[in-house]
Amino acid sequence: MSEQFTVEVISPDRTILKVNAIEVVIPSYEGEIGILKDHIPLITFLRPGLIKIIDETNKILFVEDGTVEFINNNLLILTSTAQEISNFDKASINQLLNEAEKKISNDKITDKEKYLLSYKIETLKNINK
Amino acid sequence: MPSLDDLKKRIKSVKSTQKITKAMKMVAAAKLRKAQENAEKGRPYSKKMESIILNLTKSISDPLNAPKLLVGTGNDKTYLCVVITADRGLCGGFNSNICKLAKVNFKKILEEGKDLKIITVGSKGLDQIKRGYGKYVVKKFSFKDKKQISYSEAEMVGKEIINLFNQNQFDKCIIFYNNFKNVITQIPQAEQIIPANSKSIKSKEERSYSFEFEPDEDEILEDLLPRNISTQVFKAFLENAASEQGSRMTAMDNATRNAGDLVDKLTINYNRSRQASITKELIEIISGAESL
Repeated sequence: MSEQFTVEVISPDRTILKVNAIEVVIPSYEGEIGILKDHIPLITFLRPGLIKIIDETNKILFVEDGTVEFINNNLLILTSTAQEISNFDKASINQLLNEAEKKISNDKITDKEKYLLSYKIETLKNINK
Repeated sequence: MPSLDDLKKRIKSVKSTQKITKAMKMVAAAKLRKAQENAEKGRPYSKKMESIILNLTKSISDPLNAPKLLVGTGNDKTYLCVVITADRGLCGGFNSNICKLAKVNFKKILEEGKDLKIITVGSKGLDQIKRGYGKYVVKKFSFKDKKQISYSEAEMVGKEIINLFNQNQFDKCIIFYNNFKNVITQIPQAEQIIPANSKSIKSKEERSYSFEFEPDEDEILEDLLPRNISTQVFKAFLENAASEQGSRMTAMDNATRNAGDLVDKLTINYNRSRQASITKELIEIISGAESL
């Protein structure tokens, strides 16, 4: 029996990805979650981080936010910001990084924003390595 | 009776107008295909978003404490109307139809003694609404310089709506846009987005799953609902863009045809008066010759 389930990544203007995967790791708001086939129905939302899709090609996507639903072996990721990291170049990463660092140094932001930004910075730094 | 030269000039000017409308029709047709594609591509997102919210609302344990974006403030005193139109004219009744529908609603709201606030998107709508309802306009958006409207613009409008809502500036929010049915028919539509319309969140399938929520339902809803507002605005944008091009295409097609008819009519006129003047000259010559 196949151990695969379908993954769909959809942004407001197009369907980014629709593949079969063996395992998907998503950066859920409270921590990373690994999803395998026959996971129980799940709804959650994302913090900035990397979605790792493990199939024949092993794709990694960078996301900033999004909503995730897993139901009937169908993983649905709705996000407005997904981007494959192989498409990233150094300059755009640095730019995003600078913007995020500028924002986090601002005292006025809420704890929640700080939490999200710190993950964004960390993820971007990791990609940069 | 216009002279032959005048007629000639008119024919020429109508012909050049026809050329312009023909070109505009062609451009609109090309843009329409793209806009239609975009609208199609955008549909899964809003559809799936709806289904997630549906699943979430089904499993809310305490409906009384549900987020206000979903159930409303409990009042219905102030209405926020978001009127989405195009930035360019020459597209038939496209802009007027939205404004007409919006104005009917404005009137109703005001007659019921409720407060009205208006946000306009697109400069053409603003021009029409400004006349009668200028003092109610609280914010105007125009994306004239953008070649293609993307999600970030919708997010901008969405955030503004949420902002006003969080400041308790309004109780209900309605958006007006043209729904793209097909190239010839676009239906102006009023859609209530805050509080979420219970009709649109009607369940189609009764199967209910017991979901695991991570973190809990309320927090997810708090994150999801503002996003849903932007998504709905974006959906309206896409439908509107397709409708605008469709409407322009039909309008320009009609204009081209009208110009053709006019050219035919003028040409007949021109030929007749040419013939008349020839006949006149002939009669003059003949009668001159006879009298000799």
